[in-house]
Amino acid sequence: MSAGDQRPAGATADSDETGAPRKLPRRGLLFGGAAAGLGALAAAGAHLSGAGIQQAANTAAADPADNVHGGGVVAFYGDRQAGITTAAQAHGVFVALDLRPGTTRSGVRALLRLLSDDAANLCAGQQALADTEGELARVPARLTVTFGFGPGLVAAVDPARAPGWLQPLPAFSVDRLRPEFSHGDLLLQICADDPLTVAHAQRMLLKDSRSFATVRWVQTGFRRAYGSEKSGTTMRNLFGQVDGTSNPAPDSTDHEHVVWGGGDIRPWVDNGTSVVIRRIAMNLDKWDEVDRVGREESMGRRLSNGAPLTGTREHDEPDFKVVSKLGFPVISDVSHLRRARPEDSSQRIFRRAYNYDAAPGAGGVSDSGLIFVSFQADVDRQFTPIQRRLDEMDMLNQWTTPVGSAVFAIPPGCREGGFVGEGMFA
Amino acid sequence: MSKKLVYPALSLLAAASLALTGCAPPASTPAPAAAATAPAKAAAALAVSQPWVKAAASGMTGGFGVLKNTSDADITVTGASTAAARTVELHETAMGADGAMRMQAKQGGFVIPARGELKLEPGANHLMLMGLTAPVTAGADVTFTLELAGGGSFDFTAVAKDFSGANESYVEEEGGAGMSHGQPSSTGSAPGSAPSSTSK
Ligand code: HEM
Repeated sequence: MSAGDQRPAGATADSDETGAPRKLPRRGLLFGGAAAGLGALAAAGAHLSGAGIQQAANTAAADPADNVHGGGVVAFYGDRQAGITTAAQAHGVFVALDLRPGTTRSGVRALLRLLSDDAANLCAGQQALADTEGELARVPARLTVTFGFGPGLVAAVDPARAPGWLQPLPAFSVDRLRPEFSHGDLLLQICADDPLTVAHAQRMLLKDSRSFATVRWVQTGFRRAYGSEKSGTTMRNLFGQVDGTSNPAPDSTDHEHVVWGGGDIRPWVDNGTSVVIRRIAMNLDKWDEVDRVGREESMGRRLSNGAPLTGTREHDEPDFKVVSKLGFPVISDVSHLRRARPEDSSQRIFRRAYNYDAAPGAGGVSDSGLIFVSFQADVDRQFTPIQRRLDEMDMLNQWTTPVGSAVFAIPPGCREGGFVGEGMFA
Repeated sequence: MSKKLVYPALSLLAAASLALTGCAPPASTPAPAAAATAPAKAAAALAVSQPWVKAAASGMTGGFGVLKNTSDADITVTGASTAAARTVELHETAMGADGAMRMQAKQGGFVIPARGELKLEPGANHLMLMGLTAPVTAGADVTFTLELAGGGSFDFTAVAKDFSGANESYVEEEGGAGMSHGQPSSTGSAPGSAPSSTSK
């Protein structure tokens, strides 16, 4: 089931310029050692579905001292979709599509088949079918494509399968939602460590979508460039905060339960989950007015390393009982940390956010924020209670404003020859 | 819609059937195979990867993919058919005398070299579907049958893709006369002649 060698012809991207039929072609020759290398590595990594990385051999020719990373491959095929547990790549694009009116169940099926095939090829570092810029596919850079289904798509296929939480979130008082960043029938989450790889994958997927769907919104996000910091370093957002510290670590049982279900929380379908995507504007100009003490107090964590104000290292457990000499809690009751941390341990989420930094509007100097991306098995039971608490009270709300919101059901992954979402047609 | 085609509309199927009914099939191919491959063997030795067709509402369209020959003898594809079109021709794109690239029927069919492969792609060799029997919509499956020299056939299914290129397929209504010059020593065909009926 190797993503690396499923389509021998993908390896023939090295066609000569004239396009004339060539005599020699042996697959191995055409792709250098890469095809063989991929196959071998993929064979070794059959269970790497999300977190695993295989290094494609198309970087092997480079001097190791160059530290070339573009050959990293995350398996597309697997029981679960990649791009969730996968260590977050440097770049992410989120595209929401609306099905064209009248798109039928079989139309959706055709669309999902086409897109899954594109994704499988591209993630393996191979050109997609009818890829007119196939050379761009040869640097997979840990590309993942994750599909999410909005209410409209599920309704078109099989309304009975729609989980109860698959609908817009309840309205929150902090919301200033704009339709151009909200909702949608089909989500494409495209992430890679190279922005050109992301752009090419986006282009390919949209070409195959256009006869079935229109683009509703596109949100482009970034983290630190790959290699700028040791992998595994918690990201920073544009407020300068260390963001993601208390996320359940991939590989942990916690993570497994939060994202894929556990205990009495069941996912909508085995190996499926959900994603909430909120575009949250961060007012950097107002944030500028706040000094470091105020900034840290609003979060309950230090800016230097993300440690709780009651600790010294990033992963120290916050202690909400510690009080200052004046008798006030060191971690404020209205800090983001305090408000976001639930008493009920089932109310937990896995955040995989990206920063955005768009062109400022007239007169402004910034339009920045967070593409807040949260995975959880059950939106209603895990996500919404947290958001409700933050809506009621959270110091951070002074500088943040949700301007977009969307909920998608994430279907399981697929095997070679199958397509993402096929279970809905069974 | 006028269907006067720019390329010499020699029906490859007709040519193919000539070859097939001939007594010495391998000898009539441009690259005589070292060993005549038994029909079943030739079919078994063929594989296709990345097969696709350009989605089209009506008229003509192209079929593409990579044909791979795993045997030690050349395999010649002499014709093709599909329920999706009245006729399928084997086309190549070659430079005409005026320097412009044109597509034309591939003389002698497609040869897939021993242990080699042949790419069918926009702007080069391709399967030309003519007279679509129904719209070919994106994501639809189109099944082709390739006729092989020496008898035998090979079936494969291609998926339809929304594709903006491969527009040479749609050139119509142009003086056919210039085309003949582009054909290197084409014997037996009728270059520049009025298109023969492409339907059977
Ligand atoms: C622009 C908006 C936001 C910013 C800048 C932000 C920033 C942060 C930061 C810096 C932390 C502390 C480090 C960490 O554990 O990640 C944190 C924690 C957290 N945030 Fe946010 N956040 C935002 C919005 C949200 C939203 C909308 C939710 C959910 C509805 C949320 C839920 C959480 C949770 C659950 C934690 C972990 C709390 C714990 O330690 O138990 N955040 N956030």
